[in-house]
Amino acid sequence: MTTIFGIPLMVLFGQLLLGLINGAFYALLSLGLAVIFGLLKVINFAHGAQYMLGAFAALLGLEYLGLDYWLALLVVPLVVGALGILIERVLLRRIQHIDHLYGLLLTFGLALIFEGTLVNLFGVSGSSYPVPEALAGGFNLGFMFLPTYRAWVLVAALAVCLFTWFMIERTRLGAYLRAGTENPRLMQAFGVNVPLLVTLTYGFGVALAAFAGVLAAPIYPVSPTMGSSLLIVVFAVVVIGGMGSILGAILTGLAMGLIEGLTKVFYPEAANTVIFLVMIMVLMLRPAGLFGKEA
Amino acid sequence: MNVTKHALTATAALLLAPSLAQAEISGDVVKIGYLADMSGTYRDLAGQGGLEALKMAVEDFGGEVNGAPIEVLSADDRNSADVGANTVRGWIDQDNIDLVAGMVASSVTIAVTKILDQQGKLGIVSGSAASSITNEHCTPNHIHWVYDTYPMAHGTAKAIVDEGGDTWFLLTADYAFGHALENDVETVVEENGGEIVGKVRHPFPTSDFSSYILQAQGSGAKIVGLANAGSDTVNALTTASQFGLVQSGQTLAGLLIFLNDVHALGLDVTQGLQLTTGWYWDMNDETREWANRYYERTQRMPTMVQAGVYSSTLHYLNAVAETGSDDAATVRAQMAETPVDDMFASDGRIREDGRMVHDMYLVEVKSPSESEGEWDLYEILRTIPAEEAFRPLSESQCPLVKG
Amino acid sequence: MAMSDTSTVTAARQRSARRRHGLLYLGLILLGLVAPFVAYPVFLMKILCFALFASAFNLLLGFAGLLSFGHAAFLATGAYITGFLLSTYPGLTPELGILAGTLGSVVLGLLFGLLAIRRQGIYFAMITLALAQMMFFLFIQSPFTGGEDGLHGVPRGELFGLFSLQSNLALYYFVFAVFVLGFALIQRTVHSPFGQVLKAIRENEPRAVSLGYDTDTYKLVAFVISAGLAGLAGATKTLVFQLASLGDAHWHMSGEVILMTLLGGVGTLLGPLVGSSLVIGLQHQLSQSPLGDWVSVILGSIFVLCVLSFRSGIIGELQKLVKRNFK
Repeated sequence: MTTIFGIPLMVLFGQLLLGLINGAFYALLSLGLAVIFGLLKVINFAHGAQYMLGAFAALLGLEYLGLDYWLALLVVPLVVGALGILIERVLLRRIQHIDHLYGLLLTFGLALIFEGTLVNLFGVSGSSYPVPEALAGGFNLGFMFLPTYRAWVLVAALAVCLFTWFMIERTRLGAYLRAGTENPRLMQAFGVNVPLLVTLTYGFGVALAAFAGVLAAPIYPVSPTMGSSLLIVVFAVVVIGGMGSILGAILTGLAMGLIEGLTKVFYPEAANTVIFLVMIMVLMLRPAGLFGKEA
Repeated sequence: MNVTKHALTATAALLLAPSLAQAEISGDVVKIGYLADMSGTYRDLAGQGGLEALKMAVEDFGGEVNGAPIEVLSADDRNSADVGANTVRGWIDQDNIDLVAGMVASSVTIAVTKILDQQGKLGIVSGSAASSITNEHCTPNHIHWVYDTYPMAHGTAKAIVDEGGDTWFLLTADYAFGHALENDVETVVEENGGEIVGKVRHPFPTSDFSSYILQAQGSGAKIVGLANAGSDTVNALTTASQFGLVQSGQTLAGLLIFLNDVHALGLDVTQGLQLTTGWYWDMNDETREWANRYYERTQRMPTMVQAGVYSSTLHYLNAVAETGSDDAATVRAQMAETPVDDMFASDGRIREDGRMVHDMYLVEVKSPSESEGEWDLYEILRTIPAEEAFRPLSESQCPLVKG
Repeated sequence: MAMSDTSTVTAARQRSARRRHGLLYLGLILLGLVAPFVAYPVFLMKILCFALFASAFNLLLGFAGLLSFGHAAFLATGAYITGFLLSTYPGLTPELGILAGTLGSVVLGLLFGLLAIRRQGIYFAMITLALAQMMFFLFIQSPFTGGEDGLHGVPRGELFGLFSLQSNLALYYFVFAVFVLGFALIQRTVHSPFGQVLKAIRENEPRAVSLGYDTDTYKLVAFVISAGLAGLAGATKTLVFQLASLGDAHWHMSGEVILMTLLGGVGTLLGPLVGSSLVIGLQHQLSQSPLGDWVSVILGSIFVLCVLSFRSGIIGELQKLVKRNFK
């Protein structure tokens, strides 16, 4: 068997696949952040909490309403997205004309409120969400056992990412969005309802986070703190990718998943730090990030 | 630096001198402070439930000792050593507290016990895992009641090797605590004729364990030991179940996992897991009786930590009643003289290093089909006798242990 | 002539303002000197340490316009280095230990600063956050920090080898002196020509650049001073509690210091002192009450309220009030 640094090639391949699956989560989450940032110029610190709310909504929906996984995948993003719309209308709207750092602080406060409330209601031990029956079991790839659900996560996340990218780059609505990002006043003058666009964009970004949350529910224990640690990694991904580009967010997310996956094989101790190391290197060479425009 | 040392001893002597002379209850009230994580990672292990258990003990005792009322204070340490230390200093200086109970995160516990020692007050640790609390960090002023990493690692590892689980792969959290667990397990496995075929040190905390589980599967070891705790263990278990680790013939051994974790994760994920516990609610009539009373108040079954808070508080109050004093040294001596015989332990004994030694139990998590109720989670495989369970005094680094 | 008249009036007004400030500071120092006889000294010391931490943070946010979301890293670096040195080398006097911790934070601040200073606003916040998170992982894994257990039993020792800091009261006056020194340094920095340039950069960076200022260097120096003072706060805190733990390095701590500053008043000198007293006092009260479980929800709500309708903070609003009514 071919080996690389003493690791059989096939084993390495398995690890890369797992890394890619994690990368799909990073991509989904950083995509949501990028979409929101593009139009609102606000870093949504509540993104991790909204991801967690997605997972919890799926869990509670199943427990109390009998909402099955497939329905949850559709309904939960809508519900949490609606909550996002409410947040934008009631809170973020009031501070959109001042320094955008206040948006970061406001959403940080919201994250604390969401997390704290759920901790009080449900405790912190993670609960598990059953894998939907159609996706139970797994494939034996010869070199590894791949649970079907993980394969599905990769497919679903990539599909949503590509769909979003397509919507923004190739459709009329996306064109408004991009134009709104460049020059909101001009758009307003052309008769586009920019405030509505802003609201919907925030709602959509939040819905993406919630979608990632539902996807994650059967993989990771559902707990109120599941989002906060992930969020900081996603921030690093966003810094590496640069905030300018939607495609940048997706590609960087996947790439970071792969790099993390390799680290877990060769030097597992550094798996949590490797993304931050990459970030430092990128910052030294390209302060605006890989895909970002120099400010 | 002799000057400092002398100054310290002198201060300590000054602090202790007046209290030794007392043979009565200071301020005619016995004050117990319950310090625990009420809002963070460990809230389900001890938290409000532990406070409830403490209150049950006080009520069962009658609410007063020799005519002096018992007062309960409580505080959330938020898993911060600063907050815990600050709270306890305040309790001692301002509220004249007699006993600090609870104590979960080991960083908080060690910080608090150092203060208790300086100020000559008593502490009973029920929640913490670190065996260093009664080893290098031992003091004459605290007692470690429920469990520590030594029986959790040794008990589990030894029992499993004895039953034929002789090849191990270890998933270790990469920090001091994980290394200590790993070290304990390695020693036991090798001493008993087993072999460590591989290990991986993962960063703390880790959310995705799939890569490590894959490595464990590739190792071909019979047993996959989880030398980590809290959310790491929970994450590793979830991932192992998705990757069919148990179905492919490997057995999981949790070195630090609690009833609340198993309950939260569900039996689908945790079935077949072997672990060590200091107490389980469904052991005998006595434990069931108490657990049901606890359940009525909290709608949850108690963890071993919560049961330990109840047991240790009663033992403390008995000693106060017996000696008629709430002086730390007097009560501590009385507590050590009396064996612990209650629903928590039978013939438990407090050693000079502060370790309360009692029987521990190796249990296996039931499968969903075996379980008859929400909280019917463990099957007891064997009892690990007290003398075998805890770190023997001959290996102790505690300066209080002579010889 | 009219010009010089106004300038005399302005000068006179400035002089009287300075006198008023002088009186205020004198009053505060007196208050600080008698406080330990009224309130619990350990609690006061905690407030002083965090007030210094928040003031250091505020130097950056309030006067240079840079929001760092990674200041916990400096607090923790100061705390760990001091804690490690004092407990490993018993011959070391506390002031040297604190000095070493502060220097460690200065070095770290320089490294962070070099990486982050070229970006502004949200980018700057996220980079500092990510860097601090990396430090958090390093702290967990390096053996000298004691991992999850942290460092314990750090000796308070004898100041300059002469004065024992064992008693809470003696230590209080030491901590108070450290705070006053740190605060004075910040006050001097803000009112120096350097501070004026910082403010100019905050208001309009391109303009400062066009005036010939090397704005990156100014910001870097401010960042390093802020990091060093945050380290000083952490180092002093280690002496007070005799421990250093991971909680200092967690990003929640970075969030807390933002809250303290925001609540007290960003860009005001006394704001961080007021904010940290309130936040610490609130946490202390909450932790012993049945509402203790809700502490993060309550802090989060204060955050939201501050951002929505209270952006100048308590001191900022008070200043507005004074201006409106007395001028």
